[in-house]
Amino acid sequence: MSAHLRLARLAGAASIQDGGRHGYLRYGLSASGPMDPLAFAAANRLVGNPADAAALEFGLAGARLRAESGAVRLALAGAPSGMRLDGEPVAAHRSLVLPDGAELTIERPREGVFAYLAVSGGFAVRSVMGSRALHQRAALGGLDGRALREGDRLPLTASPTGGTDVCLDPVPLQRTAPIRVVLGPQDDLFSETGLATFLHETFTVSNRADRMGYQLDGPAIAHGPGGFNIVSDATVAGSVQVPGSGRPIVLLADRQTTGGYPKIATVISADLRRIAQRRPGEPVRFEAIDLATATRLAREEAARIAALGAQLKPVESETERLMAANLAGAAVDALGTED
Amino acid sequence: MTYDAPRLLACGDTAFTIEFGERIEAPCSARVLALDAALAARALPGIRETVPTYRSLTVHLDPLLAVPAELGRLVLALAGEPLAAVATPRLWRVPVVYGGAFGIDLEAVAAHHGLAPEAVIERHSAPEYRVAMIGFLPGYAYLEGLDPGLALSRRPSPRPVTPAGTISIGGAQALVASIAAPSGWHLLGRTPERTFVPERDPVFLLRPGDRVRFVPTPAARWDALAAAAEAGEPVAELCQG
Repeated sequence: MSAHLRLARLAGAASIQDGGRHGYLRYGLSASGPMDPLAFAAANRLVGNPADAAALEFGLAGARLRAESGAVRLALAGAPSGMRLDGEPVAAHRSLVLPDGAELTIERPREGVFAYLAVSGGFAVRSVMGSRALHQRAALGGLDGRALREGDRLPLTASPTGGTDVCLDPVPLQRTAPIRVVLGPQDDLFSETGLATFLHETFTVSNRADRMGYQLDGPAIAHGPGGFNIVSDATVAGSVQVPGSGRPIVLLADRQTTGGYPKIATVISADLRRIAQRRPGEPVRFEAIDLATATRLAREEAARIAALGAQLKPVESETERLMAANLAGAAVDALGTED
Repeated sequence: MTYDAPRLLACGDTAFTIEFGERIEAPCSARVLALDAALAARALPGIRETVPTYRSLTVHLDPLLAVPAELGRLVLALAGEPLAAVATPRLWRVPVVYGGAFGIDLEAVAAHHGLAPEAVIERHSAPEYRVAMIGFLPGYAYLEGLDPGLALSRRPSPRPVTPAGTISIGGAQALVASIAAPSGWHLLGRTPERTFVPERDPVFLLRPGDRVRFVPTPAARWDALAAAAEAGEPVAELCQG
């Protein structure tokens, strides 16, 4: 029997993602890939993978995974979620081996939205157009072009136990800090009042939030006298489009590649993960910054991902630190605070 | 209208847009495609992908290798130069079964314009279109060249599902849909051709800049053509030159 992991239980959204399917925007296909690239890269680095290997993305999900074909090395990173190995609590943001026949229970995250489970060697689903990432609308990639379901058999590489027991400091979710944007491309189609609403009011993530985009609730953003219909043009990850209702929609990993609503601003690439990790009902405020600052922050974010490999620590030292502090519970509770 | 000078629009730290105009017009679309070709020929460092649309070109960049303002100014200068029009040797003759179950809005569109359904088919299949933009969903080809006499604003409420291969119009735009999706456009017909097949090379049949002609096809031929397309045979005819 080929190596696999059984998704014995699933409550919530889950899909296989990798670094994304790039190069097809001109054909109408967005890249997909992880909603929180830093947490995704952390999970992969913990199990000795390249940062963009195929891993599981859980969206507000709880799950149980069973090793059915031998031991598997895995790690969970991202939204803080309780985990148990055959009933015994184990920590996230560390690599561990799930013995043959054992079960790993992942609880719905206490905070945030997206958690990533990486396995040593990555998930061995078929690469479609250069990527294993699921694009749900296009039914491409992932496991058979669809989101994961309870009972799925998730294929692994031949030796899914490579790597050593290491851990990483969790990445704070920054659930209240302002989301930074660069105004444009169509900020000139909004009234001064509309721009002021966008930049000074507080919005909340609505229930219409998925991998394509997050619609926000809050005060309506007023368009200018030109109205809200434009001839469709291209969108980018982070485009904040404002339809006739005045309720902004932030476009994300699986977005439509073109759209006919004016885009008041673009969320900077470094903050895409920060808005992605906000749940329905949580607040969103926007702050306009200049392009040069946005570029600097993008480079800092890339450096943060590149540095993960060097930040891996042996698990022993982490255990000792927690034991010494005798505050394991408190440390876990602190995961969601601002950095 | 097409602007006197193209505009540079900010799209965050990973992209910018060069906008040539605000309406759907052939000269505007031609300038977009010319800039797209000029950039492809130059291979400027830091450019990841470009997306031509009816009236603008969006340039996606690697923020580690390029700064949007600087690269944007460079591309804007290029956009302002007289660029050679792109030769479009590829012409697709796309079979379409119009009306009936294949195009459930044909009669309503005809009634709206005071035309016979046959006249709508004739006017829709007469022009040589150009693929101005592929977007929204994978392989959705937006055409420039619709007879203005057929233009019609979108339906008040979209349909939750329209079939793969749907041939429709919305406003001044004409569309070849690839996969099933919701749509508020007017459905005139369907093509058995598959314009998006992930396992095929090429994955996408149509490219921005391609020319397209619709060939009215009897409903009696649908099953045979659909079976051929299912088996991986092309049912649209590619004419070069």
